[in-house]
Amino acid sequence: MKLRKVTAASAAVLALALSATACGGDSNDDSSGSGSGGGGKIKIGIKYDQPGLGLKEPDGSFSGFDVDVATYVAKQLGYDANQIEWVETKSADRENALAREDVKLIAATYSITDERKQKVDFAGPYLLAHQDLLVKKDSKISEATDLNGEKLCSVTGSTSAQNVKDDFAPKAQLKQQAGYSECIAALQSGAVDALTTDDSILAGFAAQDKYKGQFKLAGLKLSNENYGIGVKKGDTATVNKVNTALEKMVSDGSWQKAVDKNFGPAGYKNEPAPKIGVIVK
Amino acid sequence: MFDFLEGYDVLGAFWMTVKLTALSAVGSLIWGTLLAAMRVSPVPLMRGFGTAYVNIVRNIPLTVIIVFTSLGLADIFGVTMGAADNFDVQGFRLAVLGFIVYTASFVCEAIRSGINTVPLGQAEAARAIGLNFSQTLRLIVLPQAFRSVIGPLANVLIALTKNTTVAAAIGVAEAAALMKTMIENEAQTLAIGAVFAFGFVVLTLPTGLLLGWLAKRLAVKR
Repeated sequence: MKLRKVTAASAAVLALALSATACGGDSNDDSSGSGSGGGGKIKIGIKYDQPGLGLKEPDGSFSGFDVDVATYVAKQLGYDANQIEWVETKSADRENALAREDVKLIAATYSITDERKQKVDFAGPYLLAHQDLLVKKDSKISEATDLNGEKLCSVTGSTSAQNVKDDFAPKAQLKQQAGYSECIAALQSGAVDALTTDDSILAGFAAQDKYKGQFKLAGLKLSNENYGIGVKKGDTATVNKVNTALEKMVSDGSWQKAVDKNFGPAGYKNEPAPKIGVIVK
Repeated sequence: MFDFLEGYDVLGAFWMTVKLTALSAVGSLIWGTLLAAMRVSPVPLMRGFGTAYVNIVRNIPLTVIIVFTSLGLADIFGVTMGAADNFDVQGFRLAVLGFIVYTASFVCEAIRSGINTVPLGQAEAARAIGLNFSQTLRLIVLPQAFRSVIGPLANVLIALTKNTTVAAAIGVAEAAALMKTMIENEAQTLAIGAVFAFGFVVLTLPTGLLLGWLAKRLAVKR
């Protein structure tokens, strides 16, 4: 009899799991198409783990520059803040999430590159970031040439990690970790001398309360990263609408406010707002 | 069709996976056998250690173990595995260490189940002709036990092969790390994912077939 109970229980679990996945598919509402808000929802992809850009707070709210930009754009498209459904889009998922229409827009430190342009369309850019180094307050690293022989940390497979190896510091020791938090831990313990990725991401980390005053940005402009808002390939109408919204955000001062709010404390010198459609190589 | 593979050393990455797997397999087979011997030994302290080790390590997620080798052992306790200035070598050795620690607990349980298949009469007979515990284990029990657990050990080996992808978390340049890099650059998740999935099938399928055939051939017919 015991076996029969187990079978029944597992069948119930299976049925639950199936029904749970089944109702994941029918939430495609009127957020596609004309973009007239009304009672609909808009799904926007962001990062959940990057303080200052896209972060899910312990209380379930969201903060960061990407979040602020996306909120502003959604407002211009006719959606209030409470009509936005945030979705986590990790780096590797971004193209698929747009292609499958899981999300309408993606604002997740999404650098515009030629390879990605073949898969998705981009509005923007809305921020020009550069690869930079985060170092301890008392560090002497000030130029890219100082890096050879130093120990760097970055995230496995990321563009930043590849740049270090291929271009500006092939002799540097590169420790690759799963996430930036691990790198910060290694930097704190002195196992590495610097953490390298986009300055916007670094500024976001350095601005966190727990790290205040410990780290600084080296201020090197090692690469150009043009953050754009990803839109499904071929959805030119949405791209144009988002571009208009971004232009408005810059001209009415909200853009600068968002930059100051999210990156201010780390001594981050932001680039002026990029011109729509101008990609700095 | 496969033009996105240009400029990437896919074979090199899989070679790294093979090296990780091979070294970890040998290490965990040795350590796992020792653990199994501890768990069936007449010494209470050893039995206790073996039982505790297996039950603790088996229940820690592998990712936690691997990340701890890098962040905990290397960064905080300064265990650099003789490669303080070369993160690539250091990461590789730490990963192998982590895999041995983790996989050994599964190897131990597989072997112990094999020991349980050896009839008690065998051990009693060995005792009767005057063999001590370690001789009994080495000469009589383990050889029979191993023959009956080749199948389960093959499962552990296949799991280990796939588990090596976790080493990407601490920057070991194996298949999963290259896959991340390629997806980052090429934005072709599905095609790239398929290539790497196929690569792992190529690695594990022959392993399974060969060991399955061996298991049939060597099984103790009782």
